[in-house]
Amino acid sequence: MTSASTNDIEFRSVTKNYGAVTAVTDINLTVPKGAFLALLGPSGCGKTTCLRMIGGFEQPSEGTVLIDGREMNGIPAYRRPVNMVFQHYALFPHFDVEQNVAYGLKQMRPKLPSAEISRRVAEALEMVRLGGFAKRRIHEMSGGQQQRVALARAIVNRPSVLLLDEPLAALDKKLRSAMQIELQTLQRELGITFVLVTHDQEEALSMADVVCVMSAGRIRQLGSPQEVYDRPADLFVADFVGKTNRIDATLEAGGITLRLRNGSAIPAANRAVASGDAIVAIRPEAIRLTRAATADLASFQGTVTHRIFLGSSAEYAVSVPGLGDFLVTADRRGLADSELVEPGEAVFLGFDPKAAHIFPASSAA
Amino acid sequence: MATSPETKKRLVTAALLAPASLWLFVFLVLPFIAIVVFAFGERAPEGGYQPSFTLEQFANLGARAAAFKNTLLLAPVGAFLCLVVAYPVAYYLAVKASPRYRLVLVSLVVVPFWTSLLVRVYAWMYILGARGIPHLLEMIGIENVRLLNTPGAVLLGIVYGYLPLMIMPIYVSLEKLDRRLLEASADLGAKPLSTFFGITLPLSLPGVMTGVALVTILLLGEYLIPQLLGGGKVFFIGNALVDLFLQSRNWPFGSAIAVTLVVVVVFILLIAMRIAWRFAGTRQVDLV
Repeated sequence: MTSASTNDIEFRSVTKNYGAVTAVTDINLTVPKGAFLALLGPSGCGKTTCLRMIGGFEQPSEGTVLIDGREMNGIPAYRRPVNMVFQHYALFPHFDVEQNVAYGLKQMRPKLPSAEISRRVAEALEMVRLGGFAKRRIHEMSGGQQQRVALARAIVNRPSVLLLDEPLAALDKKLRSAMQIELQTLQRELGITFVLVTHDQEEALSMADVVCVMSAGRIRQLGSPQEVYDRPADLFVADFVGKTNRIDATLEAGGITLRLRNGSAIPAANRAVASGDAIVAIRPEAIRLTRAATADLASFQGTVTHRIFLGSSAEYAVSVPGLGDFLVTADRRGLADSELVEPGEAVFLGFDPKAAHIFPASSAA
Repeated sequence: MATSPETKKRLVTAALLAPASLWLFVFLVLPFIAIVVFAFGERAPEGGYQPSFTLEQFANLGARAAAFKNTLLLAPVGAFLCLVVAYPVAYYLAVKASPRYRLVLVSLVVVPFWTSLLVRVYAWMYILGARGIPHLLEMIGIENVRLLNTPGAVLLGIVYGYLPLMIMPIYVSLEKLDRRLLEASADLGAKPLSTFFGITLPLSLPGVMTGVALVTILLLGEYLIPQLLGGGKVFFIGNALVDLFLQSRNWPFGSAIAVTLVVVVVFILLIAMRIAWRFAGTRQVDLV
């Protein structure tokens, strides 16, 4: 397929209303060819609506969706060069695995020769490692296998974009991590654009190369997983992607100093606000937990209230007078068991102010 | 003495099933046994039943061949016509109708049941009778049209009377059809008609089979509609039974016909279930 466009998908000022309810507002988004985009957000943020507008199951109320440089307004799902892996898979229960996968190929006009259909079905099943399962009934397959059938059915038509609606939500944790790797591999092999919808930030960060964080029908941040995690655009992104400690503070001295509620002052870096009340966001793993005082520019004394042992690391809840509770993730590397800090112990917390992000207090959700 | 939980469970099950079992035993199983016994008996000289063991009644079935022919032809044809009319209605109600009005519309389907079928079929007698449509046709010059007492009139009555029974099971199976399957079909490039014939129709077949079996079975025992709209000319087994039991008091012959009818119904039901299973790809098909 040749096309002048280097973008597979483009949203131009797209708004979608359902009656009086606005699902998404003024979405502008371009997805370059071959990208793996994750639409990430809590339920009701509009991510699924966006996916369904690409698939052709919804039409935008305003604006345009382009696929491969072509305007798609009014074009029904069955004429679009995209295929979807549905949430809960939506496999046809009255067909066996082979018939499910062949369904899309049988719709093609002019008709494909049946030898060609068999060959491509076998190829697709091989690709998702379901080689020997062609004649199985759908209800005889496990959740993970059904997931693969859904994938094979969607890729067999060789779409220019593959849409995935919460594809791993119904799988257990172990299978989910295995499928994350498989989906990534598949995307590289096929070289086509993947658009994934998920509410699971771990899934988005681990698979996608572009993450689009959405909330309340709007895009909050678009960037690489690392950008979104390390440099969240606002407090919502900081909170939703990964864990975050929030500290109330006030910017002083023209925005150079942060005055915390316990009276201490730390230098202000990474400001999204110039003065006034602010919220400092700091990741749990950016905080050092020690028994002795640290030389960090930001350092507080507190008491451990809870410990959650996670194997390779441990999470501590630490109560700091005047500042509230902190969540701290401590890597166990190089630490002997005895060095796990016990609840009730007095500890010091320290962090580099450069690792913190400062947002206006008014943005607190 | 202590009762084990197992025994208790069994007692509860038995208690729950007892009323229905007793009812069915007294009013279904016992009468049926009586009918079977009668069927091998003889007609008493003054009418009724006289014990005997003979296959004479079954050998005589040919005497009521017309009733069998009418029933076995018009019942399936009637059920099929019901299906043809009912499917689009059920489809509209389940798929196209706005959810806001769906409940109201579905209720409307059942509204005819609020009036007795007898009254409604009587109305059709007048509509189709000499003072009804034929009279109107005469006024525009079309003469000698006979509608009443024809197979067509019986079929019309059948479709009219049994439509709700066909709509409901089809509606239910279409209603629980997963809409995402239709989206998946469209997503894979199937045009709306292909989606209908490839996905919607096959997956609603259990409902179709239920409706067809339900209506056919009830029609095999139909009495009222052929009586009123078929006159004496288009009569069903039901009419023959009334005639044999109440008029000529030939109980053994009537019983033989009834037993034959039951065997035919069971046979049809088994075939219908087979077909439904095959299409649905599962053994969980509820018929009737």
